[in-house]
Amino acid sequence: MSLELLTDILIATVPLALIFSTLFAFTTWLERKTLARIQNRIGPNKVGIPCTRISLFGLGQPAADGIKMIFKEDIVPKGADRLFHLLAPILALIPAMLVLCFLPLKFPWTESLLPVQAFLLDSAVIFFFAITGINTIAVFMAGWASRNKYSLLGGMRAIAQMVSYEIPLVLSAVIVVMRVGSLNAAEIAGAQAGGNWFIFSPWGLTAFVIFFIAALAETNRSPFDLPEAESELVAGYFTEYSGFKFALFFLAEYISIFAISGLAVTLFLGAGNGPGLPNLPWLSIVCFLVKVFVLIAIMIWLRGTLPRLRVDQLMGFAWKFLLPLSIVNILVAGFAWHAQQQENTIITVITWLVAIIVLYSTAKGLNQLSRAKLKMREYKYAE
Amino acid sequence: MTLLGSGIFKGMAVTFRNFVGSYFQRERLPTNDYSWRTEGSLPQHAGDYPKEEGEQLRDTTTVTNYSRNFPMLLHDGGEPAETIRCVACQICERSCPPQCIYIEKSTEKKEDASGKMQFYPATFDIDVSVCMSCQICVEVCPFDAIVMNSQFELSTPNRFGGLLLRRGDLLKSNDYYHKIHPEEAAARDKRIADEKTAKEAKKKAAAEAAKKKAEAKAKAEVEAGEGRSE
Repeated sequence: MSLELLTDILIATVPLALIFSTLFAFTTWLERKTLARIQNRIGPNKVGIPCTRISLFGLGQPAADGIKMIFKEDIVPKGADRLFHLLAPILALIPAMLVLCFLPLKFPWTESLLPVQAFLLDSAVIFFFAITGINTIAVFMAGWASRNKYSLLGGMRAIAQMVSYEIPLVLSAVIVVMRVGSLNAAEIAGAQAGGNWFIFSPWGLTAFVIFFIAALAETNRSPFDLPEAESELVAGYFTEYSGFKFALFFLAEYISIFAISGLAVTLFLGAGNGPGLPNLPWLSIVCFLVKVFVLIAIMIWLRGTLPRLRVDQLMGFAWKFLLPLSIVNILVAGFAWHAQQQENTIITVITWLVAIIVLYSTAKGLNQLSRAKLKMREYKYAE
Repeated sequence: MTLLGSGIFKGMAVTFRNFVGSYFQRERLPTNDYSWRTEGSLPQHAGDYPKEEGEQLRDTTTVTNYSRNFPMLLHDGGEPAETIRCVACQICERSCPPQCIYIEKSTEKKEDASGKMQFYPATFDIDVSVCMSCQICVEVCPFDAIVMNSQFELSTPNRFGGLLLRRGDLLKSNDYYHKIHPEEAAARDKRIADEKTAKEAKKKAAAEAAKKKAEAKAKAEVEAGEGRSE
């Protein structure tokens, strides 16, 4: 390996790691603050600049938490598999960090070396899904190695959930791949230039909603946070983790949220493209990150709103609702593409109307079908 | 026919109202009630936890009336141990789900506030590291002797002994109870008074009935005696 290649790689990847780690710290603060306000509390507001009385709305909280995490005792249970217990948080973090390289973030200083993203890969979307799949193994590894029933139950729930929701996630991304005819993230971003985002069509919107819901489940976010359900499983698969390993899990979780939001932005929300904005490198990065943060804000908002699903509801929703809907959506998008080849305004309008009706009625019908038939409860003794 | 997913949007609207409202309406933040402070003596931001050096909210009358965390024992003023309401019946000890109450009954009886001879708890401990603040002890107490306190900042450097509240720590006067939970205390006092008057009325009625019965009996006896003498 030549020195030049090594510096190229470092220049392209180190900023990614730094930027997203910083954003992770900010996001934990944002999440705690937003959830607190939703629950009519104040949230962290004490920690600011050390040795002064400047509190900066508690923005120093993530740093204080980080210092605490590093200096805490690292406890490994007596019966645990020490090697896998150590490997699990690392294995959770690596794929999350790795997929950041495939996001079409255009850093100005990398322009001369690598054109658009850290790693230019023709099959970026496939690679993204393949690598995020490793996360499932890390979660189960943590649950298994801890030798704790709560960890194991959390790990098993995580596997069932992640495997189920991976399918609608990939199938909803297929719409975009069909439209662009490429798996390259940069080409997908380029195809949406000038405000021509994929979300602005009935099938695109449906795909985006499916993608977003599946992404929530993939990253174990509320209301799909069954693998780490506090009230049922203590903390799920990382019950037995403390100190820095816990921090690594926490970091991995947030980085994968960034990654999957970044992919959603790339696929459906026009990547770094802001309508009416000049195509400057810095502006494109800012635009991309703003969109990612809008998605994350919605995730936090949903976490503050929705209660956790039951296990059967979770699986039923993936297999009976999201999967058929995404398959119907692919068919609709395929027909619509052929109809739009005619370049006729009337046909396009009719296609849109038909697509809206078909997709909505499918969703409505699936909702009726997949809903569990509940009988009226009969009270035998209480009257 | 409702729109698909409209329930989620309704819920999100509710949380959004809470989010925005918490910035503008101070009464939306029920855990931080600082109305007791006079204007101008507030810390840097009104509604924040105190930031002054060494400042602590030891005075639990400062928190909102709806705050409650651990139980306390009531006494009716004066020397706490003399007017304690608890009669060591141990109902709370038995009904406590996490079993955090420990009571030792006294061997001899002692006069309580109303002058009645009663047992009293020689030891009454609550382990607040175990207590889950369920308030069941308050519900089951037939003597209105145990109620919820709103004292916080119970942190202590001693992990075991420091979190074990002894009888002396738990005893609080009824006046203090009126101060921290005015509405609840007033309602409780009214109920106790009502029960007392009802009991007295019943007693009086019973006494009168007994008197009447005795009179009637005496009369009958007299009559019988008269009859016999005839």
